[in-house]
Amino acid sequence: MSMATTLRLRRNPAAAAPTRAPWEEPPTAIGQAGKGVVLTVVIAAVLVPLWVVVLTSLSTTGAIGRAGGLVIWPDGLTLDAYRQMLTNDQVTRALVVSLLVTLVGTLVSMVVSVLCAYGLSRSRSMGHRIILMVLILTMFVSGGLIPTYLVVTGLGGYGQYWALILPSAVSVFNILVLRSFYSSTSAELIDAAKMDGAGDWRTLWSVVLPTSKAVTAVITLFYAVGYWNSFFNVMLYMPVDSSKWPLQYVLLEYVQQGMNMPGSVNNGFGTGHAQTAPLSLQMAVVVLTLVPILMVYPFMQKHFRTGVLTGAVKG
Amino acid sequence: MAATVATKPGKGRRKTAEDGTRPVSAKLSWRIRLRRDKSLILMTLPAVVLLLVFNYAPLFGLVTAFQYYDPLVGVWHSSWAGLDQFRMLFQDPLFWGALRNTLFLSLVQLVLFFPIPVVLALLLNTVMNERLRNFVQSVVYLPHFFSWVLTVTIFQQMLGGAGVLNQFLRQHNVGTWDFMTNPHTFALLITSQAVWKEAGWGIIVFLAALAAIDNNLYEASAVDGAGRWRRMWHITLPGLRGVIVLMLVLRLGNALTVGFEQFLIQRNAVGHSAADVLDTFSFYYGIATNNYSYGAAAGLFKSVISLLLILGANKLAHAFGEDGLYRK
Repeated sequence: MSMATTLRLRRNPAAAAPTRAPWEEPPTAIGQAGKGVVLTVVIAAVLVPLWVVVLTSLSTTGAIGRAGGLVIWPDGLTLDAYRQMLTNDQVTRALVVSLLVTLVGTLVSMVVSVLCAYGLSRSRSMGHRIILMVLILTMFVSGGLIPTYLVVTGLGGYGQYWALILPSAVSVFNILVLRSFYSSTSAELIDAAKMDGAGDWRTLWSVVLPTSKAVTAVITLFYAVGYWNSFFNVMLYMPVDSSKWPLQYVLLEYVQQGMNMPGSVNNGFGTGHAQTAPLSLQMAVVVLTLVPILMVYPFMQKHFRTGVLTGAVKG
Repeated sequence: MAATVATKPGKGRRKTAEDGTRPVSAKLSWRIRLRRDKSLILMTLPAVVLLLVFNYAPLFGLVTAFQYYDPLVGVWHSSWAGLDQFRMLFQDPLFWGALRNTLFLSLVQLVLFFPIPVVLALLLNTVMNERLRNFVQSVVYLPHFFSWVLTVTIFQQMLGGAGVLNQFLRQHNVGTWDFMTNPHTFALLITSQAVWKEAGWGIIVFLAALAAIDNNLYEASAVDGAGRWRRMWHITLPGLRGVIVLMLVLRLGNALTVGFEQFLIQRNAVGHSAADVLDTFSFYYGIATNNYSYGAAAGLFKSVISLLLILGANKLAHAFGEDGLYRK
């Protein structure tokens, strides 16, 4: 938080100049250069692959042919791959499935977690120690993959969408993060609400939630990203029915195809191997899985410190 | 405690963090406390039910590890195996292979992954320009939010047989190098993917610890003539000690967990002898072959050792005078 505040204080461009404490040595040229090189490499390692993927998804078949595969410099752009992708039943259905699972899952997770976190946040309430133990114990012992699988399939979860949501709907870690925020909501504020006759539900909704927007946003993002990115539960619970696959699993199929036939993507572009999707289409699917994350990222980013640190340090 | 109660007489019916000290609560009958807190208890119910069904019920499902579980007759009617599943497990070269891979990968990740976030955080901490610093942070946190499918796809496009690197090598008539399908360098591949995806995110914790170090310490030691490296050695690193120990404890406690989806995705490419780890073992030799009891036995083995590791790692942290995962 302090960093964000300093940034805001330094809106004035004159003050934006780096401030160095008077006792600190001036930086050495070698040190600065080394730092610059390392930071450039680190940033390039993240951004260059993304650039190549996005550019290739936008490139014409000709450009891909001339580049001998992935395109590094723009050389003929087209939206063909995206047009093709959005008319591909498999991809559009998977997109809808992914969006719905993410939306419903995040909603379920947030409702359950916020309620539980608030229920445990009032110190000395009846039974909160025992319930807290029930929660924390799950972080130390787990039945593991097979017993969980047997429980979910035993409840009829095979091939059902709820099997992608409910088994992983509760993250104890996230509940503990929320709880530590709610516990630190000022007692006066809550007392005031109580004096005005608000019950616990009302207090949570009109006092606690509005004063903890940042952490709510971060935890929502964590849950949503978890649902959007998950694919193993699909592999477990609905590996057969391809009409129910979410986007990540469809992407996985593309990856697996590429992996099973090394080099086939290189010259083929769908001509050599009928089942291999053209490179630009593959990359368009990659971009599609990226887009939602890139869309919410800028809004969430400033809250990360809040969320992660409470979890790591206080929790 | 009693004094607090005396200074705060009846402050309304409801007990809150402010007025409800424990002696008072203890005097209230459970009936009154239940009526007072029933909404709070009700609120925790959905989460507790979900945990009971999907986390605690599977604990009882672990009995299948001592059975010859038959999905047709269920847990209640499957015949008992005693320790037979474990006997078979410990004679299975595939299991020892998976265990060896797990430990080896864990070690490689500890050596090659663990220091990177620390070093990056130290480096970033010396960047004075806030704007640059924020930019670097936004970029390096980003891959944390990518899925493993996406991460592996990106690696494949960069370093795979048809990837950017090999395009370049081919165009310059240098031999190709397929990093993605080589079982001998698989540990490096796995680690570099983990670094790419998670090392940036890992610096958050260390940056916070750095920000918490008192600036006066630096000033005082600088005035006393300590140079930049001495300040790092005597102030910065001791300031990071707690967090570093905590992270090491977490890593050690999770030594048998080296990532799961990463291995599932790439097993076909490098083969099972390199890519099988304990977590995927349960999947491939349990669920995929309908040999549930066998997989459950492998899972139980892993859970028990992991629990011991977590407790042991905490003991170690306490011995170093740090908090570790929990206190005392």
